[in-house]
Amino acid sequence: MKKTLSFSAVAVAFALAAPAWADVSLLNVSYDVMRDFYKDYNPAFQKAYKARTGETVTIQQSHGGSSKQALSVVNGLEADVITMNQASDIDLLADKGLVPANWQTRLANRSAPFTSVTVFIVRKGNPKGVRDWNDLVKPGVQVIIPNPKTTGNGRYTYLAAWGFSKTQPGGSDARARDYVARLFRNVPVLDAGGRAATTTFMQRQIGDVLVTFENEAEMIAREFGRGSFELVYPSATVLVEPPVSVVDKVVDKKGSRKVAEEYLKYLWSPEGQTIAAQNYLRPQDKAVAQKFNGQFPPVKTFTVEGVFGSWRAAMKTHFADGGVFDQIYTKK
Amino acid sequence: MSSANPASLRTTTESRPVRYALTALALAFVVLFLVIPLVSVFWEAFSKGWGLYREALVEPEALSAIRLTLLTALIAVPFNVVFGVAAAWAIARFEFRGKSLLTTLIDLPFSVSPVVAGMMYVLLFGINTPVGAWLDANGFKVIFAVPGIVLATVFVTFPFVARELIPLMQAQGADEEQAALVLGASGWQTFRRVTLPNIKWGLLYGVILTNARAMGEFGAVSVVSGHIRGETNTIPLHVEILYNEYNFVGAFASASILALLALVTLAAKTFVEWRMTRQHAAARTRTAEARAAA
Repeated sequence: MKKTLSFSAVAVAFALAAPAWADVSLLNVSYDVMRDFYKDYNPAFQKAYKARTGETVTIQQSHGGSSKQALSVVNGLEADVITMNQASDIDLLADKGLVPANWQTRLANRSAPFTSVTVFIVRKGNPKGVRDWNDLVKPGVQVIIPNPKTTGNGRYTYLAAWGFSKTQPGGSDARARDYVARLFRNVPVLDAGGRAATTTFMQRQIGDVLVTFENEAEMIAREFGRGSFELVYPSATVLVEPPVSVVDKVVDKKGSRKVAEEYLKYLWSPEGQTIAAQNYLRPQDKAVAQKFNGQFPPVKTFTVEGVFGSWRAAMKTHFADGGVFDQIYTKK
Repeated sequence: MSSANPASLRTTTESRPVRYALTALALAFVVLFLVIPLVSVFWEAFSKGWGLYREALVEPEALSAIRLTLLTALIAVPFNVVFGVAAAWAIARFEFRGKSLLTTLIDLPFSVSPVVAGMMYVLLFGINTPVGAWLDANGFKVIFAVPGIVLATVFVTFPFVARELIPLMQAQGADEEQAALVLGASGWQTFRRVTLPNIKWGLLYGVILTNARAMGEFGAVSVVSGHIRGETNTIPLHVEILYNEYNFVGAFASASILALLALVTLAAKTFVEWRMTRQHAAARTRTAEARAAA
């Protein structure tokens, strides 16, 4: 009797847990800080797709640390599309044969529908007078940066600092290495994620400068109030290009290629670009960028590929075990 | 010196200030590390009012997380009850080769970190492994789906029932069961009429512990879940996601549901513990009486 009860309870629970039926469903595997953007973008795409084809699309989101998410897809998480914050995470999928090696050239702008830049967030009134990268290595300045070994945010910051130093007059790899080593000597904690670093800076009030993405600065403003900090744009910084791709192996198996491709293409539509701009991601579309230009001060930027050759090379030299980051961080 | 000094009847010899100081220290510790964090969960959850709290919980993703958590517990608990009783019975009642190995194996989930437990399943069922490839080819989803979450939960809650029952059954001894068998009861009858009533409270205690852990497990489940919102997020995973989204009210509202489940579990556990103490005492008296009679 008892058994029958528990079995029927299980059956009921299963029935309840079954997802709602829909024409097509897509799983977008993404990283932590993209939640807010896709929360706005998904309904817009669903509406546009329904209007055009009459089909209803269900979109499921999965969020987590960028590299962890890419690994999950390698291990069988059935992502139709993957939206990461750096190309090396999708390169990993290419290495495992889930996407073709030329995935980055299949969409415009090297598959990055929008960009961002790495900026400084300082305490109100900028008490330490932080204006540029060189101010971060001054004695007594504490800088909050998430761990470059585990987070895209931290890697972009590291590469931005390196690139800044290298592109200065008289700059070289040796000088850049020395500069980055001095920078990380001013980092009191290496948080494991971008959001964790924000929490350390804003809630635990540790550090004088938080180096993070421009769009994250907007999230902080929305959550903690605009008066609670100041934003500083350095003289030059890295261009953050978060790439997207269809996961070929999954869409071919599920038969969802068409809608998955539409889903990504729509990111470049005026509506997709506007939603990006509303979330403080710099749009690629010139007209939309023009409309929001008050929001995005012009900054001199360099790309990861421009300074380091490719993401693969940067990962191998700097972030692999025993790479440059390990060398300078352990020599602290 | 009077021999009737009441102080000499006390079990402690420390002076009054020392005793009070120690008690105050212990209480302060409890308040600081248990009561304040617990209260702060509810405080934060209700910080923006009852309406937002309710909204955070009836949101489809929160509901789905609650449903998945209950479903997981609903499968993991009965599974581990059956296994735990069988294992405890075998270990407490029989002598066999490899018994100590079995005992050690049952304890394995206690010594393995939950994250490692989750990774074991990814390594076993991941699509790049032979098992995973076969499952995928036949349309079964294990990891990054509900079965994987249930498997990971079953693994981390494996020892609770057996660990609870083995000492109890060893203390009770096999006398009553032997008597039942001698009087002609079948194995099943003996189990149902003699063994089960004897271990009832211990079993319930094990179930409560299993349930608490099944609902609260984070590490192992996080690795195998895939974090698909509205589908493979349990309450603990949902809490983490909301927290990372700066949705503190939502995060703490969901956390308060977990805390409430924990409090209910705790109340049940206290009641069962109280019953068990009585039962243990009764078992000891019975054994002593039987020995005296013999």
